Amino acid sequence: MLLLIQYTLIFASVLMLVALGGCFSERSGVINIGLEGIMVMGALGGALTMRYLPDGTPEIVMVLAVVLAAALVGALYSLLLAVAAVNFNADQTIVGTAMNLLGTAAATVIIKALNTAADPNNVSATIQYVDQKKAFYFNIGSMELSWFMLIALVLLAASHIVLYKTRFGLRLMACGEHPQAADSVGINVYKMRYAGVLISGILGGLGGIVYITSGVSEWKFENGVAGFGFLALAVMIFGQWNPIRIAAAALLFGMLRALSNVYVAFDFLGNLNIPGTVYNMLPYIISLVVLIFTSRNSRAPKAEGIPYDKGSR
Amino acid sequence: MEQYAVEMLHITKRFPGIIANDDITLQLKKGEIHALLGENGAGKSTLMSVLFGLYQPEAGEIHMDGRKVEIRNPNDANALGIGMVHQHFKLVECFSVLDNIILGVEPCNHGFLNKAQAREKVQTISERYGLYVDLDAKVEDITVGMQQRTEILKMLYRENEILIFDEPTAVLTPQEIAELMQIMRNLAAEGKSILFISHKLAEIMEVSDRCTVLRKGKYIGTVNTSETSAQELSRMMVGRDVKTVVDKEQVETGDVILDVQDICVAAHHHKKDAVNHVSFQVHGGEIVCIAGIDGNGQTELVYGLSGLEPLQSGKVYLRGRDITKMSIRKRSNLGMSHIPEDRHKHGLVLDYTLEDNLILQRYYEPEFTSKAGFLRRKNIRSYAERLIASNDIRSGQGAVTKARSMSGGNQQKAIIAREIDKDPQLLIAVQPTRGLDVGAIEYVHKQLVAQRDSGKGVLLVSLELDEVMNVSDRILVMFEGQIVGEFDPANVTVEELGLYMAGAKREDRQ
Repeated sequence: MLLLIQYTLIFASVLMLVALGGCFSERSGVINIGLEGIMVMGALGGALTMRYLPDGTPEIVMVLAVVLAAALVGALYSLLLAVAAVNFNADQTIVGTAMNLLGTAAATVIIKALNTAADPNNVSATIQYVDQKKAFYFNIGSMELSWFMLIALVLLAASHIVLYKTRFGLRLMACGEHPQAADSVGINVYKMRYAGVLISGILGGLGGIVYITSGVSEWKFENGVAGFGFLALAVMIFGQWNPIRIAAAALLFGMLRALSNVYVAFDFLGNLNIPGTVYNMLPYIISLVVLIFTSRNSRAPKAEGIPYDKGSR
Repeated sequence: MEQYAVEMLHITKRFPGIIANDDITLQLKKGEIHALLGENGAGKSTLMSVLFGLYQPEAGEIHMDGRKVEIRNPNDANALGIGMVHQHFKLVECFSVLDNIILGVEPCNHGFLNKAQAREKVQTISERYGLYVDLDAKVEDITVGMQQRTEILKMLYRENEILIFDEPTAVLTPQEIAELMQIMRNLAAEGKSILFISHKLAEIMEVSDRCTVLRKGKYIGTVNTSETSAQELSRMMVGRDVKTVVDKEQVETGDVILDVQDICVAAHHHKKDAVNHVSFQVHGGEIVCIAGIDGNGQTELVYGLSGLEPLQSGKVYLRGRDITKMSIRKRSNLGMSHIPEDRHKHGLVLDYTLEDNLILQRYYEPEFTSKAGFLRRKNIRSYAERLIASNDIRSGQGAVTKARSMSGGNQQKAIIAREIDKDPQLLIAVQPTRGLDVGAIEYVHKQLVAQRDSGKGVLLVSLELDEVMNVSDRILVMFEGQIVGEFDPANVTVEELGLYMAGAKREDRQ
């Protein structure tokens, strides 16, 4: 049970961070299908930082450096979307898809080129961080918690405040709903959309590093992030582009995902003799079902996906 | 020398192939309501875009309070105190009224919104000018009239001194128009200078102090409204005399074309039926007009008749045949034509070419589609060109012009051409003159009367009382989903109709 809570919390943190990222991007009017790719790149940045920081680096420095690296790489990668979608009016869905393909592929190539494995003949795209990873975890009783959970919680509160209590948030949401209206009152729609996409890059990149350090101590980058970026999109839609509701949705989906890791610990689930793959599929299937039933009433930002053109009225 | 709040002197603005503004001068006095009159395409919007900084003129200067100013973008205009209520409101629908008002000039403490301060300021303003709006309501939940007040509050919140109203009455009900006029007078009395863009002569005569007229990009003149007449203004605007009264001959009414028996249509917004047990008939050779204030079930009535929405109960007969459950295409083939209320939503496929829009209902006929299923482009082109020529539909590139790029008047002409060329038995026209200029309105009315004269039935839904009184042979007033009165336009006054439209009086028609 403890394990279930522990895994739920860590997976929920991932989904929440990434979904919040998507929320900022879409609230500004840019659809971010590329979250998956952003996660991979953020994970890559974080993993390499862990790998190359010298042994004996103080834990606090390690945590900060990895977080910053993941956020920075995620943000830089998201610039691709910002430039294409905001400056060149590209189709955002296609750009996002391209970013997903590129993310996993580029990460694989880079890691193979660096070849961080102990055995030089091992050419898999795997990074190991058995010892480094310990910096992120602390124990309360017998429960292992991650600093990332705290960071996610802080960012959740910050997201809510930024969106609903600040000038920036009001303007950002106006750009996603009715950019012409925003423009007519002197708001620079292009700048706000850049901001939205960059924030999604930061949060998406963070989500990436949290994901690959959850549970395992090495990561095969050929696998990307196993559709977690898309799951986060589902969480975002289920959460109706609202941070608090996103947090709730993330907990639900996080729990489903955690179940696949720990179902054997529950006797009654183990006795059902359902293959483990079914539990693995569960969050994805549920997300399909949930979206089918909720998308009817879902209210996406009105102008999302539409490149802003000053000329058209 | 008189001090002007704004002077636009000898403004010239060219676009490729056209001079949109040719040496135009507009002088706005402080505290006056100044109307800018012109047909669609006369250059009003371009001139206002120049004043608002959206376009840079090739020649000419703008002066404010006697000093020359440069307006390079809308922010410059805002900084100079120029505000505008756009024809299509610039409001974020899922935001509250208050959020919309402060957007862009939010009062803040270190980046955090201070809504209490904003609310206080807005409340002071709304009391001062009598502009009451529920500040916490979402824009999508309030009426169009209230949305317009929100736009006005936006300008006042920014302490703008020059207020531009772009076709503000096009979307309002008669009551709302009267209220708007009063608000404009209040604003002018408080020293605000108002530019009022319109092509509705009656409104200009009623509310404005002076009027500047443009025609085809040229400056025609500026007159004091008190020293002129609507007739005079319309001559300046169009360049010739316009008949405001529609010529109609006596025509014998023929057989029943449309027979509506006790129908109900569901509403989208509330539980009650939008159309509540309505019965009437339309005969050949008559124009029956449904009058009423917007939102009293007219839209749903037409949806029910045209097949866009299913009926809850009741029957509809077209020339004796029960069409209650028929598809739209079958209704169309039986002789029903429909000029829809929303020409962008139901009338045209905006990103299709003009020719494709003209065959929307007939593309499958052998004339336009070969047996193998391919479109016969040549036939389509020649058909379209015939309609374009006979109806004088003007567009940039003829038959291959995208419908979206055409002016509203010409879009409407295209729809009318398509619907009338089908040689229908019944023509349903819903607000066919909405947003059109005088010349185009004249054309639409002529077409309606021509259909009637040739023995067809015409069902006209209109919100404009002038149109109702001028065009129709019989008036049915609709109120809250029911027909509350039937009149002969010759024996009823506008005031009398107004009482029925507002629900103050009703006939028992059982």
